Amino acid sequence: MSTSTTASSIGQPLSRIDGPAKVTGRAKYAAEHAADGLAYGWVVSSAIAKGKVKAIHEEAARAVPGVIEILTHKNRPHVAWFDRSYRDQVAPPGEPFRALYDDEIKFSFQPLALVLAKTLEAARAAAALLRIDYIQEEPNTDFENSLEKAYVPPKKRSGIPAPASRGDAQKALDEAHLKVTADYASAAHHHNPMEMHATTVIYGSDGALTVYDKTQGSQNVKSYLVGVFGLANDKVTVRNPYVGGAFGSGLRPHYQVYLATMAALYLKRSARVTLTRQQMVSHVRRPETFQSMALGASEAGGLQSIINSAVTATSTFEDYQENVVNWGVGAYRCADAAADYKLVALDTPTPGDMRAPGAATGMTLFECAMDELSYAVGVDPLQLRLLNYAEVDPISGNPFTSKALREAYDIGAERFGWGKRPSEPRAMRDGNELTGWGMATGMWDATFQKTSARARISANGGLEVATAASDIGTGTYTIIAQVASETLGLPTANIDVKIGDSDLPASPIEGGSWMAASSSAAVQLACQSLGTRLFEAAQDLDGSPFKDIKFEAVSFNDGRIIAKDDPSRFLSITDIMKRADLPSLEVVETAGPGLSGMVSQVKKARATHSAIFAEVKVDDELGVVRVTRIVVAVAAGRILNPKTARSQIMGGVVMGMGMALHEESMMDTRFGRPMNHNFAEYHIPVNADIHGIDVIFVEEEDKEVSPLGVKGLGEIGIVGTAAAIASAVFHATGTRVRKFPITLDKLI
Amino acid sequence: MIPFSYIRAGSADEATAAGKEPATWFLAGGTNLIDLMKETVERPARLVDINQLPLDQIETLPGGGLRLGALARNADTAYHPTVEADYPLLASAILAGASPQLRNAATNGGNINQRTRCYYFYDVATPCNKREPGSGCGAINGVNRIHAILGASDQCIATHPSDMCIALAALDATVQVTGPAGQRSIPFADYHRLPGDNPSKDNTLQPGELVTAIDLPDGKFTKNYTYLKLRDRLSYAFALVSVAVAMKLEGGAISDLRVALGGVAHKPWRRPEAERQLLGRAPDDAAFSEFADALLDGAVGQGENDFKIPLARKAIQRALRQAAAGTPQSQVDKRIA
Ligand SMILES: Cc1cc2nc3c(=O)[nH]c(=O)nc-3n(C[C@H](O)[C@H](O)[C@H](O)COP(=O)(O)OP(=O)(O)OC[C@H]3O[C@@H](n4cnc5c(N)ncnc54)[C@H](O)[C@@H]3O)c2cc1C
Ligand code: SF4
Repeated sequence: MSTSTTASSIGQPLSRIDGPAKVTGRAKYAAEHAADGLAYGWVVSSAIAKGKVKAIHEEAARAVPGVIEILTHKNRPHVAWFDRSYRDQVAPPGEPFRALYDDEIKFSFQPLALVLAKTLEAARAAAALLRIDYIQEEPNTDFENSLEKAYVPPKKRSGIPAPASRGDAQKALDEAHLKVTADYASAAHHHNPMEMHATTVIYGSDGALTVYDKTQGSQNVKSYLVGVFGLANDKVTVRNPYVGGAFGSGLRPHYQVYLATMAALYLKRSARVTLTRQQMVSHVRRPETFQSMALGASEAGGLQSIINSAVTATSTFEDYQENVVNWGVGAYRCADAAADYKLVALDTPTPGDMRAPGAATGMTLFECAMDELSYAVGVDPLQLRLLNYAEVDPISGNPFTSKALREAYDIGAERFGWGKRPSEPRAMRDGNELTGWGMATGMWDATFQKTSARARISANGGLEVATAASDIGTGTYTIIAQVASETLGLPTANIDVKIGDSDLPASPIEGGSWMAASSSAAVQLACQSLGTRLFEAAQDLDGSPFKDIKFEAVSFNDGRIIAKDDPSRFLSITDIMKRADLPSLEVVETAGPGLSGMVSQVKKARATHSAIFAEVKVDDELGVVRVTRIVVAVAAGRILNPKTARSQIMGGVVMGMGMALHEESMMDTRFGRPMNHNFAEYHIPVNADIHGIDVIFVEEEDKEVSPLGVKGLGEIGIVGTAAAIASAVFHATGTRVRKFPITLDKLI
Repeated sequence: MIPFSYIRAGSADEATAAGKEPATWFLAGGTNLIDLMKETVERPARLVDINQLPLDQIETLPGGGLRLGALARNADTAYHPTVEADYPLLASAILAGASPQLRNAATNGGNINQRTRCYYFYDVATPCNKREPGSGCGAINGVNRIHAILGASDQCIATHPSDMCIALAALDATVQVTGPAGQRSIPFADYHRLPGDNPSKDNTLQPGELVTAIDLPDGKFTKNYTYLKLRDRLSYAFALVSVAVAMKLEGGAISDLRVALGGVAHKPWRRPEAERQLLGRAPDDAAFSEFADALLDGAVGQGENDFKIPLARKAIQRALRQAAAGTPQSQVDKRIA
């Protein structure tokens, strides 16, 4: 079976099919679903970071007209006893946070009460009148000054590889001709997606719950709620048809869904909880990261030793872990390498995965050290990478399913004009500004997860494809439609994509850049299987034109099945359905790493790569940095939709610029409280900060990495970007800033 | 947010009569006040909406100069032909602030009365003498990257955040107010105050007093001027340090000079005696360097904001060079001239 290329085929720059619904407001987000008798919840957050609740004075708040109830640890309904009931698919080891559980305060902004009222205004007004007395203890939120208390996490987080060492890195370093040591630090970042976390729970007449939650995984939230509240599986459905960005903040179920569900069950009515922008600092963050690197090299610049140690922050109750160090030890050919990873526990919420968790920091900071090495050796930074190019995965020794990084370097460098780069810093001046060029390598896993999808065609030729995937703004709806369209030769107008519902066929959570590869594989498989069923039905018809031919000899085009060697022999799908008297035809299929033709994940390494080139202009006196040009060449396998793909890379690059220059959670360590908890003071790049971002996708055919040859693009754009910018700042100014973000005070 | 009552004033008299009652606030564009109410930083019992008052005109004054109505929007002010032609420093400063959406809503009266962006002032879980006298100052020994280096007290180290006001200070504007005790004019230098031991008071308005207009004197600076703003991203951030310069040159010497600093103190920071020292001098680096030292004399850092002292020093000199060269800082092209 085959199809011809149309505007909606795989690889075409189809605009988002959910775009019109989003820009006209028809797309409803978690806090926008209406319900009769809705109780509006307002969360009262802790003013202190550590201690106990001594008393809660509720009289004034309860007296506000419209207040229905105030839930606190004193009157909350029963919740599960064991920690395991609170664990979700991505939970790190430890004791998951339970809101309103007891009087203990573990972090600033911890939810201590939920005010429920008939209107949002009443709930908010009452919340402002709630007075809480505390017993204060001294919190520790000082990451920098706690590094000596770092520990190796006793229990590993599932899915996170252990630090991978090989050979004798210390000996190799001692014997190396050249050594570079560098300590780098990156600030904590808050995810801050456009849509704040929110949940609307609709309480059905039979007591069943329909939960609209801001999450990246409806099924993950559902199993969490079933565990925590002891609900019957068929009494709760979680939906997230539209998600206003997440960046990882919606991977775990957060306290807003817990509180909204608790309220609905307690009040036996529908309930909603929305967090404020300020409260968005009260759950996940990208942890503070400290990375210490030692590189040994030959005179010519061949890497002889890598020692890569990192410390990240976690909470006092869970050991959140990321893969920070293996990027560095795995990026280049080098016989001896050592990696080491520790945690520092702070009185804060547990950090969580944020776009390219571990790599956005670990790979980026490592690339900064590589830039330092290039100057120590006296070789061009790109040349240094090429000298140490890893043809096989340095950690496992396995070959890659594909790795077009060399091509990415070449094409990126060519487009950027890297060849004209003077090697010395401070060599390019333009009036008050110094110009600098820097580059870095980016890397991210290319994974593929077991996913199921359903395809159903109805008598009128309408196709519905369904899987419990989430679209966090990345374009999942659109690429699913494209895959279905191409497989069954139907226009996207005839295709209804259903995602974001826990009742649909099983899908992993939306994260790790596996969604495109996984959902496309499942949808393709389901559509192929549906195509076979349609063909069989067509063959069974009286006078079928396909009696004597095989499935392989037909194509699906324009809503028809057509004999490839004789286009006059065809049947339209609606005709087949009608003549076979089929009201609809439905299949469910599951695609997984074991799928035929897919190599085992342990025999080959699989990764997405990128080469990023940055130009900055820095005011020599005033330290103002402008990123005037970015060229990023990405090798990410097959590109399903160059338009949505480009948007993902651009978004990642902009976030990398924020990491380089702006983003920083400013902690008051006396109070244990992040102080810039609003968008006026928590800076991310604005339009004026962004100039040209040139995104290039490098040809990379890969039949092994996933069924469609797709690698995923959600994270790669951020990885390395801040290193390219920091290197460019050094090249411009001769000042090496080792602590992100690079604000102007560090350059004057 | 806490419930409040709302009155729409039909006349200035009605507004000031209502405005002198306790816990009563005027509502103009609302871009600052409503945010503060949502955070329960401001807890008015009563809002007096003044948007119906006929105070949105921008008109030439009989004796020369320009009157900017208190309710004229920041955007309408910046793009007004007379402001653009005769007071380009003011237009530039307004356009350096906030975002187009905010400038469309914000009024001139609201702008000069906007409150500090100190993190602690905004967060009722923390101490702040300005918000709650006697509770202490969270910013001292705390997160104080954006705080004052000049004129601070041991009670408060907050800065005044407006860009527009820095230009108004340099231009020697006058604030026209009306109140229960009648009308009065306040020279801009006396409008905002230093925190001293009463940081809760930002300015010298008396209870019930309403700003009706801001007058600009006739003296025009159309050639040698600049507004240079340094911040943590290239747009849509408050100033770490900003410099407004209005200069006149005659025969190769400085004949008039006004320089105001933003982001460094509880009010726009000017030192007329230092300005006078430069009169008759050639506009050269030596003069600018001396001036920067004089303007910053006595500056002290609070830890995280120590960098503001050298930054301000360099910014003052750059701004003076821009003004002398007649190459004012563009607010569109973010490269610093
Ligand atoms: C995200 C953000 C970024 C911003 N960035 C900048 C920036 O970079 N630079 C900058 O300069 N500003 C900036 N602003 C501030 C903005 O300029 C002010 O919010 C605005 O000027 C206030 O005007 P308003 O009319 O909305 O005032 P309102 O919010 O209505 O009022 C502010 C205060 O003034 C009082 N008031 C208003 N009118 C009168 C009057 N006629 N007489 C007496 N009292 C009065 C009110 O009672 C209130 O206390 C920013 C604001 C936000 C929200
Ligand atoms: S600096 Fe002023 S506004 Fe800020 S906390 Fe101290 S007293 Fe409050």
